[in-house]
Amino acid sequence: MAFPDRIERTVEIAHPPAKVWAALTTAEGLGTWFGNQATIDLRPGGAAQMTWTSGDRANMRIERVEEPSVFGFTWHIYGLPDDDPRRTYVEFTLEPVGGGTRLTVVESGFAQLPEGEHQKAFGGNVDGWANELGELVEYLNAAA
Amino acid sequence: MPPPDIEAIAEQVFTALADPSRRGILAELASGGPATATDLADRLPITRQAIAKHLALLAEAGLVTAEHGERRRVRYRLRSAPMQVAQQFLAALARDWDGRLDALKDVLSKD
Repeated sequence: MAFPDRIERTVEIAHPPAKVWAALTTAEGLGTWFGNQATIDLRPGGAAQMTWTSGDRANMRIERVEEPSVFGFTWHIYGLPDDDPRRTYVEFTLEPVGGGTRLTVVESGFAQLPEGEHQKAFGGNVDGWANELGELVEYLNAAA
Repeated sequence: MPPPDIEAIAEQVFTALADPSRRGILAELASGGPATATDLADRLPITRQAIAKHLALLAEAGLVTAEHGERRRVRYRLRSAPMQVAQQFLAALARDWDGRLDALKDVLSKD
């Protein structure tokens, strides 16, 4: 079994990079082909959010903005708890070819364990709801 | 420190989940919380002996942990960390960039 750390795709699009760039980096664009609605603060460190009519949402942190060739962000790994620090990095690269664009997307970081997670995954700490509830009880006891 | 072998962790999770009795035990611990082998035998259509054998395998894989409860009875508790590693594997498979990029091309070709 090979654990995929990285996903890479390249597609040729019959539109110039400027147009593809707008689709990737504007609220209007992201809210059309990716989410059902989007907001974006397009600068490194800026936040973006996509929401879907299903109720799902994705929060992104913008990392690279080099118009019109590189756009990168990190986001949460689907299925992990909201407070999990693991994030994957998504980078779009746009290259002009003829009158169109060669668009490459690379998403990496699926096969990571954050600091301390090694120990947690292999043994030692118990975690989860029982722990959380134990902490809640302690908190309430201390407050009483 | 050598890099953590997350493949090995994920593989243990999927091996555990491949067996219907072990899926039943894990599902029961997830929904009902920590339980003894006797509790599990009462709730599941699995013999006490088979449950003990499966719990030993699950504990070995780090998917459950044994803890001493009341009257020295051993209770088994689910450990979520290995499940989260397996979830990362599934997340990579479920990301569907093919579908996303098709949608992008469709949208651009409509203008």
